[in-house]
Amino acid sequence: MIPDLKKITDRITQNEIWRSIFRHGYEDTARNRVLQIISNIWLHIHPSTVKKDSVRLSYTFCLGGLTFFIFLFETLTGILLMFYYTPDVNRAYADMLDLSNNAVPFGKLLRNTHRWAGHAMVITVCFHMLRVFLTGSYKVPRQFNWVVGVVLLVLTLLLSFTGYLLPWDQLGYWAITVGTNMAGATPILGYQGPFADLFGFTIDNDIRFGLLGGTSIQAPALLRAYVWHCIALPSLAGALMMLHFWRIRKDGFSGRL
Amino acid sequence: MSAEVGTVEARPTKQATPEKIHTWPHLVAKEFLCALLFIVFIFFYSYYVDAPLRELANPGEPENPAKAPWYFLGLQEELVYFDPWYAGVVLPSLIILGLMFIPYIDINPRGSGYYTFRERKFAVTIFSFGFLLWYVLILIGVYCRGPFWAWFWPWEQWTLAFPTPPPLWSFPAPLGVLVLLAYFGAGMVLPAYRWRDFYNRLGRVRYSITMMLLLLMVGTILKIGLRLGFNIKYVLMTPWFNI
Ligand code: HEM
Repeated sequence: MIPDLKKITDRITQNEIWRSIFRHGYEDTARNRVLQIISNIWLHIHPSTVKKDSVRLSYTFCLGGLTFFIFLFETLTGILLMFYYTPDVNRAYADMLDLSNNAVPFGKLLRNTHRWAGHAMVITVCFHMLRVFLTGSYKVPRQFNWVVGVVLLVLTLLLSFTGYLLPWDQLGYWAITVGTNMAGATPILGYQGPFADLFGFTIDNDIRFGLLGGTSIQAPALLRAYVWHCIALPSLAGALMMLHFWRIRKDGFSGRL
Repeated sequence: MSAEVGTVEARPTKQATPEKIHTWPHLVAKEFLCALLFIVFIFFYSYYVDAPLRELANPGEPENPAKAPWYFLGLQEELVYFDPWYAGVVLPSLIILGLMFIPYIDINPRGSGYYTFRERKFAVTIFSFGFLLWYVLILIGVYCRGPFWAWFWPWEQWTLAFPTPPPLWSFPAPLGVLVLLAYFGAGMVLPAYRWRDFYNRLGRVRYSITMMLLLLMVGTILKIGLRLGFNIKYVLMTPWFNI
């Protein structure tokens, strides 16, 4: 006996439970196309219709969208990594070895994808900025969203930078040493910077000390990098992304009129 | 705006209501495809290339060279030419601030919403140049720097037997002050006379910010030139800081 597909589908979809979850059908009608967007919590950040010219791939190259997607991807793989990683100088490196040797199932793939996607995000965000510049999309009325974007760019770099120390290997340790030594050279606020002595900043109370939680990179610095990397910076970046997207909706997406 | 639309009615123009299409499926499908391609790419890449992991961190054994992550290598490269307070702190802050200023100093109404070089030659040239410079410095930092930050071509073996760099010299302080004053003074004033309507269009405040940022960018490059061409260490030496 051939099952009557239509009848089965109707059984499943024509009842109170199904309809309480899915508000509209899937049939390809103009009404459903709109509902598909506005009744879906994830999709409703889009407007229900868009200008034909501005969705051409050769206009945005999907770079902003990709950057956001990579951010989500990093959040997911990052949370998974957090299950296996301890921000303790005596354990961090061993945890990395466990991941790399697949002592953790799929550990190597997890670590590799998180690492490379992080680099990819730095690249896509830079080229997203280039695209926005070359299309003049920061002009009136979108000036402020460009400023929000610049902050997001900085946050993206900082996210990647703070992650660099976490494996607690020679590569990260000395890269972060180079980076944070720069903070020690900040005018006025850094102990080696111009005018620091006038304001009483020394190696154990300056801005670098605040970042590292010590005068050199030790256990407190690892913990600080971890908290910034896993909590503070992602939350900030996430909040600003919401603002960024909200402004795109309010200012209207660019593109020829 | 609406008044203008009225006057151009007769022409078949692009000003007419833009053609709209449904986000679902047209845009969502593209986004989905981009995401999918990215996933495929990143998994392939991660399958074949392992993330680096060196030996356990050892505070007593510095790496030589110790390189910052690649996206900061442009700044580290600037350390050759400037003291850390400028290369590592003031320069990046200026870049960030300068970027934030862009929408407020670029008041050219044309070229919004499409790619064009012809209608905004100045803006596109400067920005692309800066963007390129950032990446050229990164490439140098990643591929051409070896122990003690000495220059090695990517195909060269790193050794410690590189030639001693030539001795460096600096301007005496009065000359330094003069050079800087002349550079920034002339750089601010002369273009305002030469390109009068550029100045008028921007107004005093926008013009000053634009030129200041431009002069700082060009100055940073000039200093690289002075160092490489004439072995000059500092243009200005003071008891507190050197440039
Ligand atoms: C984490 C970083 C960022 C994310 C996730 C992000 C995401 C997005 C997305 C999804 C769009 C929609 C259009 C598109 O895909 O191109 C967009 C537009 C925009 N972005 Fe970003 N962006 C980021 C960083 C930046 C940066 C660094 C800038 C500039 C400095 C910037 C400035 C803008 C502007 C002005 C628009 C509106 C463009 C238009 O209307 O054409 N964003 N962004």
